[in-house]
Amino acid sequence: MLYIKCPYCGLRAQKEFSYGGDATVKRPNINEEVSSEDWDKFVYMRKSPRGKHVELWQHIAGCRQWIKVQRDTATHEIFQTAKVTEEIR
Amino acid sequence: MQKYSVFSLIKNAFSNHQNWEVAWKDPTPKSEYDVVIIGGGGHGLATAYYLAKEHNIRNVAIIEKGWIGGGNVGRNTTIIRSNFMYDANARFNEFGMDLWRNLSQELNFNVMFSPRGIINLAHSDAQMNAYARRGNSMRLNGIDAKLLDRDEVKKFIPMADFSDEVRFPIFGGLMQPSAGTARHDAVAWGYARQADDMGVDIIQHCEVTGFDVVNGKIKGIRTSRGDIKAKKVGLCVAGSTNILAEKLNMTLPIETHVLQACVSEPVKPLLDGVVTFGAGHFYISQSDKGEMVMGGDLDGYNSYAQRGNLPTIQHVLTGGLALFPFLSRLKMLRTWGGIMDMSMDGSPIIDKTHIEGLYLNCGWCYGGFKSTPVSGWTFAHTIAQDQVHELNSELRLNRFSTGHLLDEKGLGTKTWIG
Repeated sequence: MLYIKCPYCGLRAQKEFSYGGDATVKRPNINEEVSSEDWDKFVYMRKSPRGKHVELWQHIAGCRQWIKVQRDTATHEIFQTAKVTEEIR
Repeated sequence: MQKYSVFSLIKNAFSNHQNWEVAWKDPTPKSEYDVVIIGGGGHGLATAYYLAKEHNIRNVAIIEKGWIGGGNVGRNTTIIRSNFMYDANARFNEFGMDLWRNLSQELNFNVMFSPRGIINLAHSDAQMNAYARRGNSMRLNGIDAKLLDRDEVKKFIPMADFSDEVRFPIFGGLMQPSAGTARHDAVAWGYARQADDMGVDIIQHCEVTGFDVVNGKIKGIRTSRGDIKAKKVGLCVAGSTNILAEKLNMTLPIETHVLQACVSEPVKPLLDGVVTFGAGHFYISQSDKGEMVMGGDLDGYNSYAQRGNLPTIQHVLTGGLALFPFLSRLKMLRTWGGIMDMSMDGSPIIDKTHIEGLYLNCGWCYGGFKSTPVSGWTFAHTIAQDQVHELNSELRLNRFSTGHLLDEKGLGTKTWIG
């Protein structure tokens, strides 16, 4: 069981959260011309690193906020969590 | 090579089985090969075998970081099927079914292919309609499919919960009678033994650390046991695809996730064939040893750990108990995990790449084992001829940018939901 520290609610069990994927994927700016290559990258292409990974989770059975989690994909160790508007360095 | 038969078995019994030949050698890597296959799993071993057998390319090495058959080919739930709706997937896997049927004879190794059928259960009228459509699509591609009503399902699995109180009553199901299971280790060992006999070097405990690419052309690989020159290199590394892609500065439509499976203690025969629960993520079969082999969901977050978490096992078995209440009396023997190369549309990629001489075989999601022979067969063709075969002509990397997706489940790019 992972234990994730929600920035709003504190440390909670993984079962309260649902996953939202790679948080470093940025949607192309709205109302601007987007090349199909950039759109492909946004929709399909993923780095999926072995090691530190910044990802989105939603505290679905808690405050329902989306949060960012920095986690090791090989050891499942969680280094840092933050509000979705904050940057993880 | 010593041929395996009942006579060789009897002959070796007289010497207490001490004089069997080694099944494959343990060679030191040569400095140069015509083709290097990275990944000594089922697909890599099958690729090397078909390169040697079908294309007479025998100066081939398989480079494996661990030991052969230690990854997903030894971690899956051994199910073989071709119940796909889209033409490309259906044709590809039905060709694979033909290879499976003759595999034990071809490899002179009993892979224990056992076509006992698979039933996908339906729990609503809408699901029955969807299965009728899928079944019709399968039959148009020459694959056997039978739509079963509730009573027909009951004949196959009388121990399922057919009472009126259940949350998801069984309405019926779609059956592919020719689907089944095989002994997964034997598949890896059978391919390895034959490939070795035809001159393929199987190099274990050798990690790939980098690639030599000059002017967009592959020249060789760097490994923990020295540099190896190669005219062509094929990647067959399933969940580790992104790690090697990073060394090649490639980004792929692949995410790596962990999938768990589990087996119960062995019991007397009670389940013939494979059954999937249609209202949750759960499927089950019974091994020849009597263990109930069960699996279901991904753990649901990017992972390279070949182990998972208990909440997922609990979730999967909750579905299992809803379908088969008798499971509550069984003890769990063991659970394990494997890392899946989840593609963004749920279908595999067997293709050339933008680097000349570099070939890609990945994106198998949950279902790589059933495609082991056909994956090796088509990948060997793609490498040997430097062009895709008709069978993998739609399993290409550029289908994501051109919009020709094969989203069999219609899930979109949230790979972890499926």
